[in-house]
Amino acid sequence: MEPILTADHLSVAFTRYGRGLSRIALSALTDLSLTVDAGRVTALVGGSGAGKSLLAHAVFHLLPRNAHTAGTICYDGAPLTPARARALRGREISLIPQGITYLDPMMKVGPQVRRGRRDGMSRARCREILARYGLGSEVEELYPFELSGGMARRVLIACAVMDSPRLIVADEPTPGLDSQTAGRVLAHFQELAEQGTGVLLITHDLELARTVAHKIVVLREGRTVDEVPAALFQTGEGLTHPYSRALWQAMPENGLIVDREVSVL
Amino acid sequence: MKNRRRNTLFFIILAGTALCSVTLAGGLLYEGAAAADFAQKNLPPCPAHPFGTDWMGRDMLRRTLAGLSLSVRVGGLTAAVSAAAALVLGGAAAAFGGWVDALISWITDLVMGIPHILLIILISIACGRGLWGVTIGVALSHWTSLARLIRGEVLQLKGAPYLQLARRLGVSRGRLVKNHLLLHLMPQFLTGLILQFPHAILHEASVTFLGFGLSPEQPAIGIILAESMGYLTTGRWWLALFPGLSLVGAVMLFALAGERLRLLLSPATAQD
Amino acid sequence: MRHRLQFTIKKLVRMALLLLGVSLSAFLLMDAAPLDPLQTNIGQAALGSMSPEQLARLEEYWGVNTPAAERYLAWLSGALRGDFGVSLLYRRPVAEVISLRLGASVWLLLSAWALAGVLGLTLGVLAGANRGRWPDLLIRAACLTVSSTPSFWLALLLLMVFSVWLGILPIGLAVPIGTAAADVTLPQRLLHALLPALTLSVAGMANIALHTREKAVDVLDSDYIFLARARGERHILIRHVLRNVTLPAITLQFASIGEIIGGSVLVEQVFSYPGLGQAAVAAGLGGDLPLLLGITVITAVLVFGGNLAADLLYGVVDPRIRRGAAKG
Repeated sequence: MEPILTADHLSVAFTRYGRGLSRIALSALTDLSLTVDAGRVTALVGGSGAGKSLLAHAVFHLLPRNAHTAGTICYDGAPLTPARARALRGREISLIPQGITYLDPMMKVGPQVRRGRRDGMSRARCREILARYGLGSEVEELYPFELSGGMARRVLIACAVMDSPRLIVADEPTPGLDSQTAGRVLAHFQELAEQGTGVLLITHDLELARTVAHKIVVLREGRTVDEVPAALFQTGEGLTHPYSRALWQAMPENGLIVDREVSVL
Repeated sequence: MKNRRRNTLFFIILAGTALCSVTLAGGLLYEGAAAADFAQKNLPPCPAHPFGTDWMGRDMLRRTLAGLSLSVRVGGLTAAVSAAAALVLGGAAAAFGGWVDALISWITDLVMGIPHILLIILISIACGRGLWGVTIGVALSHWTSLARLIRGEVLQLKGAPYLQLARRLGVSRGRLVKNHLLLHLMPQFLTGLILQFPHAILHEASVTFLGFGLSPEQPAIGIILAESMGYLTTGRWWLALFPGLSLVGAVMLFALAGERLRLLLSPATAQD
Repeated sequence: MRHRLQFTIKKLVRMALLLLGVSLSAFLLMDAAPLDPLQTNIGQAALGSMSPEQLARLEEYWGVNTPAAERYLAWLSGALRGDFGVSLLYRRPVAEVISLRLGASVWLLLSAWALAGVLGLTLGVLAGANRGRWPDLLIRAACLTVSSTPSFWLALLLLMVFSVWLGILPIGLAVPIGTAAADVTLPQRLLHALLPALTLSVAGMANIALHTREKAVDVLDSDYIFLARARGERHILIRHVLRNVTLPAITLQFASIGEIIGGSVLVEQVFSYPGLGQAAVAAGLGGDLPLLLGITVITAVLVFGGNLAADLLYGVVDPRIRRGAAKG
């Protein structure tokens, strides 16, 4: 498998105001390295505040203006420059964001999925994709506030696959969904990977990552500490890094031995 | 990147100093402002009279400064009164809820239904015109939007989980109000107060311009500009230009200081 | 549909109550004024030459000894029938004076209102989209300057530049001096209304632009704009930003009615434009309380009517209300 996306010693820092008049640099990601292979689901697992979402923002070159980055991100073998990221957005790389707030509240679903295109081909493809995710054509006429949480998630996935991307970055796509709906959403990711797309799943839920991903990257306080096949998290054998082991032990069927350090998850 | 917080602090101090000195200078020049010198009448701006002189030979710079000083004092007084009224009414509406809230909201809507100028005219007539009429009018008509803002803030704070928790943990109401509510409202209130200034000054000048405020002998920007109307066609442009510019400058200082403070204190823009 | 109807009726009732409140408070304020009705209506000189019997009759006529509540109720019952009393300055029914003056002002107000809205919305979105860059700084500086400028001084400046120095526009009034109302041509009318309308709209534009900018910045910071960018969407400004500032823009536009009318009081005074605003100043200075009361009430009707219109428009434009109401 060839890597579609690699991040090498990526760091992101923000300039913020501290108390009074002082200014401090706040680093959010200190050292993140990972590879996402085409046709595979790679899960980036970390606690809240570990800086996971920043990776997604960095890939799309949509970080806030007071952010400074170092390190490199490569897409398809070449560095992902701002200009290249702009050209690739919505064509080869797609984002599946967290929830319903990512849909324009004043616009119907159909035009949002089609990105405003009105030609017959786009319409047909939109209908086809919505149908693939179990949404009827009547959904096109709904506004976001009329969607349930699960429907909104599926609409967002439909938005992402509209242009047959080669890389999909899914940022916490399941919180707030019941386990059945979450399972269906995750199955869609596996399905996308089977069709050759590289999927980067960003989540805090190890349980979930283990069931769907091929590879798990563990992030802790802005630093990648481990990159292992997901299978290792099934048995716990072969997990060498102490933090990964601790994570595994904290899972329900392994006795819920919660280390102080892991409880932040 | 520049350090915006330091700039803002610097700017506010600068604005404060400038306005204080204008007020002081105006107060000191009050006597000389009305002194007529018919040998020097209708002079265009020159080194001895940078703002020129009027038909009675009065120095326009002195008159302008004296007028500005009055404007700043009236503006300060009215802004303080209306901001305090906003704090009390907005706070009471949110704190008591029910019919108190309904009544205060109704009164707010009512006051907002009459354009400021018209309301100030009405109140100043009720008070028998003059300086106090205008001052009371401006003070009584400018509290509405800040009151709404404070009502919203207090309502939001009342519902905040940490305050409800503190209540249940037995923290007294008085201490909560002192430690949390006032602390949270202070930035909003201060910004509201400063932003109240420009409106107050402009409305004072406007109503005085229309003839409801001070008598013609008193130095006020509104009076000066109303007088200048009569000399426009004869080409005495300086009578209208410089006093007006000075007023705009003073108002802008307040508006800028308030705007910067607002941006700094609002979490959404504090990190820009 | 029933929801909308109930909503509208509720709003109308509230508006009626507010109007009642406005008229009562205006009435009480005027009642508190230290003006002797006989003196203002008849004049000091005439009063001096009158016999006590005449004075008593006049006092009865002007209601000097009638309680305020009774006088207000009398005014109110008249007002409900369209009789707002008689203007002391113009010696004609207040309703007639107001309709005449409003007729002169209405095009001035409407054009200024529309221009202020269009300019404000455009500049606001433009500034928001260029946050922190020079167009934003320029637009914000301009708006701040304008909102720190008293509209009457702006009017004076424009008058000085265009009418006195350049001499290309008339000094004031709605029609050329010495022309009978019937002979005035449309271009003449427009020429005379141009400067006042321009002053009013520039003054009204600043507030709308600054608020629209804030809204546009909020929208641009929103999650859905983030996704739109991540999807490489083009025309984000038109597709998403304009669409989402529509609702706040409606509120701002209709809330600016009061400000435009308030501004017209000053601007009409400078341009000697014989409209409603000028009548308000004349009534105030001349102690013509019936006319001032009538103007206050009419103005409040326009302001509250604007609020109502904004509420109703919301129901049409906002899908959450429109669809929600259709279901309910």
